[in-house]
Amino acid sequence: MIRILYQIFRTGLITEPLPAAAEGEIIQVGTKLEGAIGKLFRGSLTIRQVDAGSCNGCELEIHAINNSFYNCERFGIHFTASPRFADMLLVTGPVSRNMEIALRRTYNATPSPMLVVAVGDCGCNGGIFGESYASLGGVDKVIPVDAYIHGCPPTPAAILNGILKAVSG
Amino acid sequence: MSMLTDALTAALGTTVQFDKKQYPPSIILCSVPRDKFGRAATVLKKTYALLAAEWATDETYFGGSLAVFACYRWGNEYMIVRSELPLDDPSFPSLSKKFVPAYRFERQMQSLMGVVPSGHPDLRPWIKFEDWPQNVFPLRKSYDASCPMQRTKGEYQWVRAEGEGVYEIPVGPVHAGIIEPGHFRFQAVGETVLNLEERLGYVHKGIEKKFEALSWKDGAKLAGRVSGDTTVAHSIAYSIAVESMTIGTVTERAHWIRALFLERERIANHLGDIGAICNDAAFAFMLYQFSRLRELVLRTNHKLFGHRLVMDKVVPGGVTADITNEGKKDILSELDLISREFERLVVIYDESSSLEDRMRDTGILSPEKARELCSVGIVARASGLNLDCRLQHPFPPYDRFEVNVPVLISGDVHARVWVRVEEIRESIRIIRFILGALPSGPIYTDIGLPSPDTSGFAAVEGWRGEIIYWIQAGPRAEINRCMVRDPSSVNWLGLEQAIPGNIVPDFPLCNKSFNQSYSGHDL
Repeated sequence: MIRILYQIFRTGLITEPLPAAAEGEIIQVGTKLEGAIGKLFRGSLTIRQVDAGSCNGCELEIHAINNSFYNCERFGIHFTASPRFADMLLVTGPVSRNMEIALRRTYNATPSPMLVVAVGDCGCNGGIFGESYASLGGVDKVIPVDAYIHGCPPTPAAILNGILKAVSG
Repeated sequence: MSMLTDALTAALGTTVQFDKKQYPPSIILCSVPRDKFGRAATVLKKTYALLAAEWATDETYFGGSLAVFACYRWGNEYMIVRSELPLDDPSFPSLSKKFVPAYRFERQMQSLMGVVPSGHPDLRPWIKFEDWPQNVFPLRKSYDASCPMQRTKGEYQWVRAEGEGVYEIPVGPVHAGIIEPGHFRFQAVGETVLNLEERLGYVHKGIEKKFEALSWKDGAKLAGRVSGDTTVAHSIAYSIAVESMTIGTVTERAHWIRALFLERERIANHLGDIGAICNDAAFAFMLYQFSRLRELVLRTNHKLFGHRLVMDKVVPGGVTADITNEGKKDILSELDLISREFERLVVIYDESSSLEDRMRDTGILSPEKARELCSVGIVARASGLNLDCRLQHPFPPYDRFEVNVPVLISGDVHARVWVRVEEIRESIRIIRFILGALPSGPIYTDIGLPSPDTSGFAAVEGWRGEIIYWIQAGPRAEINRCMVRDPSSVNWLGLEQAIPGNIVPDFPLCNKSFNQSYSGHDL
């Protein structure tokens, strides 16, 4: 036990303020995000992540926004197991043919109002997989999408930026 | 002569024809008549060979028909046995009663290529879903992959268990966490699992078919996206297979930098895994500590190589990111920090009795089963099989230095964690060695294009295990077929076998300790 406490104190707080968005926004994304979530979602934005056919690269980076550096919980963002509790669907793609029905069902199970954010180049437009017998292309081919986060995979900071964009509409 | 060649020619005589168009020359490709395909498997099994992969090709572009291939591994040898099948009767003797992983390979071959394994005990489709039209085989050349596929009616036939108190738990495809989709169905009595059945294929994106429409250069990009967490290892395997078919040679420096990327990928993924496994045993402290270390590795990658996962930096002909002396210093000081912190966390892991209670004797895959299932990689090494391509089939630069491979025999969750712990230590040592011995020179050479009508092979040890690529060039030197065998294709069977007898709440723990790729399996 003493080792655990010692390690926690030695590590200290490593959470850092978010870098400004690529377009040169001066105000830090984090504060804006916190403000938007506070106003629109009463301080809590609940996300259901759906992998609709990605290569799992995007999942790794979505995981990373939970780590102590990005610490998305400080803005009130947390991930839920059930679409019934979700305010936002974070969908990675391309949407495979075999996941189409499951994605539609998840969408229908999410109470409105809700936001849908497509993550990664494949989620935005099908990426390298494009459209074929097995891949339907971007997420918006199957369900309506409110915001897009480009990148292969997008960095954790880009994902947080994209969530902000979606929230502030 | 090799051991496998000797055994095969002794048993089958002159019916075995050796092919000279397979590269690199150390890989033996031979053809046997269709009715001897099963006999060849029996012979090779008696020499203690293991089945590494099985696949089918459509060779109508060569004026041929269909063909089936089985790749066997014994010690440091790989042998590929091929049989031609006529288009009007594409059946061949099933290997699934001789080698268990053939069970899924053959279901997949039948679903996607339409070859018929006769004598196969279970011909439910695999990857192909019940709502695909019956006689549609996407990997056939006659199939137009650009058209969307219709939906038909159908239902998957699950294995059932009946009896008093037996109930079923269906899980997925959309899981509770941030993970890939797949379906698991448990039959349980009380808390104890009687049977687990996996159903995968949800993330099938038609990768193997897509390769056939790409240039050799673009193929490397696609290979890097077969499984995002293994992007480096997949691009290295693709590149080595392509390079084996061309006359150019890759520079020493490029090989060493590839190994640097590969070992960094291993460290990053193992760090993430150990934290996540502990988190599934409700020890969140470890998750946050280990994901901190993982993030440090990714940040250094981004700073030095321009991508957090080092995607698209390995191409046929070399690499596209170099390392400077400054970069070497960055990595060395990063490694000092990581290994110091890592060792402290390992002590905490080791001293935590509540973790030990969950990890030990949970999800056991016995060495006998692991061998029977032809498991590879960390799963095999946690179950007593000393298999590692870096050791047995060393690709450059691993033929220049020694690699210590940890092998444990208990086959439980703890063993799979401990293999990762030892591998992180070893990878840190290897990276320090690589940085000291890195040869100078260019990092990229133009290797030209593969010659028509040849095939190339590569086996690379990614962080999950052995990745195999087998690429066939068509008559116009295009990609005619690119077979991808991610370690997940065989290791998913191991999870299915490790679960029965465990309690349902231990499933996430066991699953995470295997941590197989859905995307790499479904393709």
